[in-house]
Amino acid sequence: MNWFKYSSPQTFFPLAGKLAPWFGVLAAITCAAGLYLGFFVAPTDAQQGDAYRIIFIHVPAAWMSMFLYLVMAFWAGLGLAFNTRLSGMMASAVAPTGALFTFLALWTGSLWGKPTWGTWWVWDARLTSELILLFLYFGFMALQAAIDDPRRADKAGAVLALVGVVNIPIIYFSVKWWNTLHQGASVSLTKAPTMAATMLTGMAVMAFGFWFYSIAAALTRARCIMLERERASEWVGDYARRSA
Amino acid sequence: MNWGSLDNFLAMGGYAFYVWGSYLVAFGLVSAEIVLLALRKRSALARLRLHGTAEGDR
Amino acid sequence: MLAALRCVIYRDLLLAVRRSSDVLTVLLFFVIVVSLFPLGVGPDPALLRTIAPGVIWVAALLASMLALNRMFASDHADGTLEQMLLGATPLGMTVAAKILAHWVISGLPLVLISPVLALQFDFPREFLWTLTLSLAFGTPVLSLIGAIGAALTLGLRGAGALLSLLVLPLYVPVLIIGAGAADAAVSGLGGQAQLLLLGALLVFAGAFAPWAAAVALRISTE
Repeated sequence: MNWFKYSSPQTFFPLAGKLAPWFGVLAAITCAAGLYLGFFVAPTDAQQGDAYRIIFIHVPAAWMSMFLYLVMAFWAGLGLAFNTRLSGMMASAVAPTGALFTFLALWTGSLWGKPTWGTWWVWDARLTSELILLFLYFGFMALQAAIDDPRRADKAGAVLALVGVVNIPIIYFSVKWWNTLHQGASVSLTKAPTMAATMLTGMAVMAFGFWFYSIAAALTRARCIMLERERASEWVGDYARRSA
Repeated sequence: MNWGSLDNFLAMGGYAFYVWGSYLVAFGLVSAEIVLLALRKRSALARLRLHGTAEGDR
Repeated sequence: MLAALRCVIYRDLLLAVRRSSDVLTVLLFFVIVVSLFPLGVGPDPALLRTIAPGVIWVAALLASMLALNRMFASDHADGTLEQMLLGATPLGMTVAAKILAHWVISGLPLVLISPVLALQFDFPREFLWTLTLSLAFGTPVLSLIGAIGAALTLGLRGAGALLSLLVLPLYVPVLIIGAGAADAAVSGLGGQAQLLLLGALLVFAGAFAPWAAAVALRISTE
């Protein structure tokens, strides 16, 4: 098995073209199942009534925002180490979707906070570090947008992403140390979840749905980036003519 | 979880604004991203056909 | 190698002394920003006393960021940066020397003047020492992290605003722990824990930031 068979844009482009739609369909099905579980199977919560149903997108979005930043840093690190163009493209392809989920986590978090904590925005550890994560995403995208030469943009973005990923735990713990208003992690690996089983499965299914969606979105955006950056190569020309 | 009627479902136990506020924005943003991606691909292809593949950076 | 580092530091300090307006602008910016807050928030001493550490720290953070893009820009423009890249001494050490010089120019004055400003906020005198110490440990970390941002945005249009967007999120831990030091001291807990953490941040940033900035410099001047 030649591992590097798909490491060049030319070979990866058709593969991504085939995979993206499948992941898109998979995402749609999983999200539909998750929403069904969330709204029609999970019972009303004792304390929060039905407001808690926001959890089915709030928590998956927060997970994805963290996970996608790590994926971005992984591709960035790979791109710096092996100087491969495709890795840099993948990092740039993941960033906007990550920023979208971070904003979504903040939006749903504050909409959930209003009925449960009484205010739209609370300077609590998780929301605050999520806000800083959003700034990190914007910093990455702004830096890449400000640099014309794509190769330098990838490498500069890679350095920033790696510096950012090193800082995320520091930011999280300093913010958490600063203010721990947020309720304890209801789904932490150590203690049993304090949530009903159906709530948990609904959230897990939605998390998978978001994950498939991110893959589909990242692959599609990577293809766009390849079309934009590889203008000079003839395989792009053939593709353009073929798909005319 | 039997909602009884559509109205109960929409009322969402009195938290309609917050729950549907979150879900509508989520659905809106995701579909916006999908539309933007499609537009970006189309414009990339259009630019390719327009300028051909002569110039461009590697 | 130390001779080369001494030479870089000496040269930067000499340049700064010759064009001392740069040093003064950073210092004046710091003083003005700190003095603006009472005008905005009101003269009530109790309130000013509580916000003093936070205000001084945010002003120090903004002032040090203001001075950041000068760190490599002038050398990049007249080509000395190229010589440094090609020079025998490892780039990481040269960058560390430049960051130290930058801190002496733009960080140290802030630290020295901060007690005076704190008195302006009627900050209790016995905790002035903790506040100044926290700034003394914190501003080098700001210069170190900022150097990475400055190196990344070298020669870009609109580098100033972009630099702040890149660097401010990374400044958050330093701000929280730094401002927290004086607050903890005032509330009787003593700022010991925060000062130690700032020291840890300083060592951590001191070890990795110059190297990361060197990598960023190589990318920016390719």
